[in-house]
Amino acid sequence: MAGFTFTRRTALAAGTGLVAGLRPGMAPAQGAPIKIGELNSYSRMAAFAVPYRNAIQLAADAINQAGGVMGGRPLEFVFRDDGSTPGDAVRVAEDLLTREGCAFLAGTFLSNVGLAVSDFANQRKKLFLATEPLTDALTMAQGNRYTWRLRPGTYMQTRMVVEAARGKTAKRWAIVAPNYEYGQSAAANFKKLIGTAIPGAEIVAEQYPALGRVDAGATVGALAQARPDGIFNVLFGPDLTAFVREGNTRGLFERRLVLSLLTGEPEYMLPLGDECPDGWITTGYPWEQVEEASHKAFIAAYRARFNDTPRKGSVLGYVTAQVVASLLNKANSTETEALVDALADLPTQTIVGNVTMRGLDHQGTMGTWVGETVLRGRTGTMRNARYADGANYLFPEDEVRAARPRA
Amino acid sequence: MDLGFLLVQSLSGLASASSLFVIASGLTLVFGVTRIVNFAHGSFYMLGAYVAVTVVPWLLDFDRSPLLFFCGVLISAAVVGLLGVLMEILLLRRLYKVPELFQLLATFGVVLMVQDAVLWLWGPVEIPGPRAPGLRHGVEILGQRFPAYELFLICVGPAVLGLLWLLMHKTRFGILIRAATRDREMVGALGVNQALLFTGTLFLGAFLAGLGGALQIPRVSASSQMDLSIITEAFVVTVIGGMGSVPGAFLAAVLIGQLNSFGVLIFPKITLVLVFLLMAVVLVVKPWGLLGRPEPAAGRAALPEGVLAMPRFGVWEKAIAAVAVLATLAVPVFGDAYTVKVVTEVLIFALAAFSLNLLVGHGGIVSFGHAAYFGLGAYAAGLLVTKGGLPMEPALIAAPIAGAAFAALFGFFIVRLSGIYLAMLTLAFAQIAYAVCFQWVEVTGGDNGVVGVWPSPWARSREVFHYLVAICCILGIIGLRRVAYAPFGATLRAARDSEQRADAIGVDVRRHRWLAFTLAGGAAGLAGGLYAFSKGSIDPTLLSIPMSIDFLAMILLGGMQTVMGAVAGAAAFHTIKDFFMPLTDHWRFFLGASIIALVLIFPRGLSGAYGALRRRA
Amino acid sequence: MTLLSVEGLNKRFGGVVAAKDVSFALAAGEMLAIIGPNGAGKSTTFNMVGGQLRPDTGRVLLDGQDITGQPPRQVCKLGVGRTFQVAQTFLSMSILGNVQMALIAHHGRTRDLISDAATLYRTEALALLARVGMESDADRPIGELAYGDVKRVELAIALAAAPKLLLMDEPTAGMAPRERASLMQLTADIARGQGIGVLFTEHDMDAVFAHADRILVLVRGEVIAEGSPESVRANPEVQRVYLGQSGHKAALRARRAAHG
Repeated sequence: MAGFTFTRRTALAAGTGLVAGLRPGMAPAQGAPIKIGELNSYSRMAAFAVPYRNAIQLAADAINQAGGVMGGRPLEFVFRDDGSTPGDAVRVAEDLLTREGCAFLAGTFLSNVGLAVSDFANQRKKLFLATEPLTDALTMAQGNRYTWRLRPGTYMQTRMVVEAARGKTAKRWAIVAPNYEYGQSAAANFKKLIGTAIPGAEIVAEQYPALGRVDAGATVGALAQARPDGIFNVLFGPDLTAFVREGNTRGLFERRLVLSLLTGEPEYMLPLGDECPDGWITTGYPWEQVEEASHKAFIAAYRARFNDTPRKGSVLGYVTAQVVASLLNKANSTETEALVDALADLPTQTIVGNVTMRGLDHQGTMGTWVGETVLRGRTGTMRNARYADGANYLFPEDEVRAARPRA
Repeated sequence: MDLGFLLVQSLSGLASASSLFVIASGLTLVFGVTRIVNFAHGSFYMLGAYVAVTVVPWLLDFDRSPLLFFCGVLISAAVVGLLGVLMEILLLRRLYKVPELFQLLATFGVVLMVQDAVLWLWGPVEIPGPRAPGLRHGVEILGQRFPAYELFLICVGPAVLGLLWLLMHKTRFGILIRAATRDREMVGALGVNQALLFTGTLFLGAFLAGLGGALQIPRVSASSQMDLSIITEAFVVTVIGGMGSVPGAFLAAVLIGQLNSFGVLIFPKITLVLVFLLMAVVLVVKPWGLLGRPEPAAGRAALPEGVLAMPRFGVWEKAIAAVAVLATLAVPVFGDAYTVKVVTEVLIFALAAFSLNLLVGHGGIVSFGHAAYFGLGAYAAGLLVTKGGLPMEPALIAAPIAGAAFAALFGFFIVRLSGIYLAMLTLAFAQIAYAVCFQWVEVTGGDNGVVGVWPSPWARSREVFHYLVAICCILGIIGLRRVAYAPFGATLRAARDSEQRADAIGVDVRRHRWLAFTLAGGAAGLAGGLYAFSKGSIDPTLLSIPMSIDFLAMILLGGMQTVMGAVAGAAAFHTIKDFFMPLTDHWRFFLGASIIALVLIFPRGLSGAYGALRRRA
Repeated sequence: MTLLSVEGLNKRFGGVVAAKDVSFALAAGEMLAIIGPNGAGKSTTFNMVGGQLRPDTGRVLLDGQDITGQPPRQVCKLGVGRTFQVAQTFLSMSILGNVQMALIAHHGRTRDLISDAATLYRTEALALLARVGMESDADRPIGELAYGDVKRVELAIALAAAPKLLLMDEPTAGMAPRERASLMQLTADIARGQGIGVLFTEHDMDAVFAHADRILVLVRGEVIAEGSPESVRANPEVQRVYLGQSGHKAALRARRAAHG
């Protein structure tokens, strides 16, 4: 698939080719569409959610060009804003299931919204494929039969960066995390895991600024005062920009090892611009370094259709559609119980490789890229990046059995 | 801790304080002159940042000089100032004759519209601004490195304070602002062109907000959510300082900056709630803020804002009420599943809004924190079911009790205040309750909340639950309406009309307001409990400021001067939201536009318009 | 017998002495006027009796009971009705509603959540309005009334509590001369007819000398004279500091007109 010129037509063809590989020679899908209700924070979290939606649309079009799902029926995603509150989201979910006649639900971004929709799905006995929420409660303590999560959760991502720090010598660690569930549980996981990667590591300072309201000066001052060797950062978005600028000016990051979640994702890297710090170990998505052919084709198709570079959300969106298609093909039914049974341990060949929905904890093995931040030209990217397969970072099985409520 | 660290930490606090003051000073000036609680002030701040990240880099392309940077900042502030003028001329000017709360609602509509307009114009990704040329570096202070730009910011606050002092004391415009702040009627009597004064003040206020935003760009990136994060803090600063007092705002900003700077060393999670704790303490001790003055008593007898007439249901009204109740009960028979769900929610919101109007419309007690009692009712019910293992029925009894108990606790302090200070104390308590629910993870589940709050098996079907909600809410509304017509309701209105007269006929005004607060809290708690069961989960957004604002918007849209307006408002608000949400990602824009349109077309609310229609017929 | 007894009231605001050792007494059915130039401490004294201000020292006794420093609502319950310099009424209510509200409060039913307020004490309220000559307007909103009529309604509101004592702060302020006379006449008739004591402050000397049984003259917080209108009028000290020559003549004229 080398040597594409990026026109819309060829890009579409490329996208089509990806999935068409599975079912060669099919005619475009016909008949009544299979509808999937996709609710997400398109308004509040547009930076992540809109590229995600774009990629789903891209994938769905490709799938339908190649013959659709379940023996030729078109796949249709019905997109809705979830209002970014659990109350609104549950109403929208109801709308998707009852009025729109969707077979099942997918999406959500915020953890509290994801959990509320998960419980709603459990109550209504409908499948919910949580794609973006990071909270581990979704697959652990509050897991249920009908809820499955695709993206690597907080635990997995924390473990990825912590293991990337194996062999380093930083003993004294400071934590800075936004004051809500994601930040708190990332910090808790970090405390639990850092000792395994760096024996003798200790936590010397913790800062939990309110989400979106970081007082960067005071926070940086408080962290520096503890004189840590390393910093574990969970801040993202506008908080991260403010924190990095303040830290750069005050020399907080000099001669210190920084582990950071999500910072390498284009969503958060692009706004940092030339302030991108150097050498942070982080999870992310260096799309320009991807080698795998189907993934490169996806990137080409995405750029051609949306005139923009893909974000981490785009990868997730594309993989979501691929997993959904494979699920429908396997279940060959839109009946909930059949879908849930089919989803258990379902492997799907996606643009990031194999993704299996582990039946034990309903967690997908989709991974992410881990590497070091580096400034190239006027924007940051990652170096020494490698794809960390989620399969290697799942919760240990005994922990899952202890945490998940018995069915 | 060494001296250098303490000094630098204190300087960090001063830099934050300085920025906060610049914004808050604009807010306090606008309030002082126009008495408008301008929610859109945060939007002006955000627009200042966005305009600056657009204009300043363009200017710096010509020459990377500090002069051009600061020119860009001032240009941005001026642009935002002009937007403030635009808002005054196009919107607020048409609303000076209607109750002040409607202006608040209109500015809230502006907030929603600006949020989405920003997403349209600048995209969803936050935009970092350029650093200030010549001030990129750090300065060595007692062995600690401190950003030069923040040293500069520290000087901006006092400079703005000084310039404002000169403006207020040496110019005619400034003297008029001071006079209007002290006594608005006097300015009218002096024959001052009031419209011009208000326009000028709005320009100054928006200019200061824009300046605050533009000055932030070397530190924080422009993002579409910076409006809400700043507006509450700016309000807190103005209230702690005393509404209308510029030096008070300065003092309060410095206090908050320092407390925050050192607070995070001891309580790393304190930023969530610190400002509200401080506000609650200040208001309990000093009911008019640090440097504020008591609101001057109205020199003339003015009609109160709120329920005026207590009409009886005529034939038409009885028919409408009967049709509404019947329609509500018939929905599960004729409507689809989703309609049932929506009507269930409308009923719940109607009860909550109706209970709020008992306070606002009848009692003249403007609450910015009614969601607290709604949310605490929901939490009581939800926790009893999930952690206490109780079934739904006792949990639904506990919900109003919890709402009433917390309303009684908070209300005890709240009813000691009046006007905007009272409103802000309700907000402070609501935020403290929010913070406890947010932070007490072991019990409340933190911001994730608790799921699994489902009705008892017999009430689990959508239809049965709808009838349960319908019975609770309709009976609740009928009961509260009865209270409004009862001597207790009359007493509340009497105390609102003339506290002095009520006192002189033997009414203990505070005690009655306290009881009303408790009663309304109980009703809101019941609504919250029902809401928790309708959603299956509880989480802190139920107690959040946006929720409180939604309730206010409902009673204002419906017409707070009428008894039944809250019900119409809840239905209208929820329907509009539900109509636009599936249509577009930018539904907030249309919700805001609808609110503004309704405020302009029906300045007395929907039921006020109905009343006018009836009188004409 | 003595209805109200005020003993040695003192009040300072910062360095300013607003009331200095003020003492007086008032019998049932008697009308006592407090007069004095602006800033003489009339309102301060008045508000200390009514409970709006707490005296630094001194006592206020009503029917022998110490009510010093009690809040107005308590003072009201002990039998003191009051009107204000700027009439204070419930603007959102009808004239009748205003009086009904006062009756509801008087009967201690303000916390009643069930009854229909509009039907409570309707007859009594109409009777009170009849006494002040306002019953024909009972259902009009009070905001529509001329100021003089508002004052009459305010009197009815004050009477609803069946007071032993009426406190009236400048009852005729802001009224047309004809209205003033009739309001004072009405007050005097009711007070004498029912044995209600009336304590009032007044700027209008015509009203004072026409209706007061006794007059208390305050200057700079001190009582400089007390007694019947004749003796106060004749008091050279009063004439010098307050009434002046023209005031003296006005007082005579008023007296003649009233008893004419």
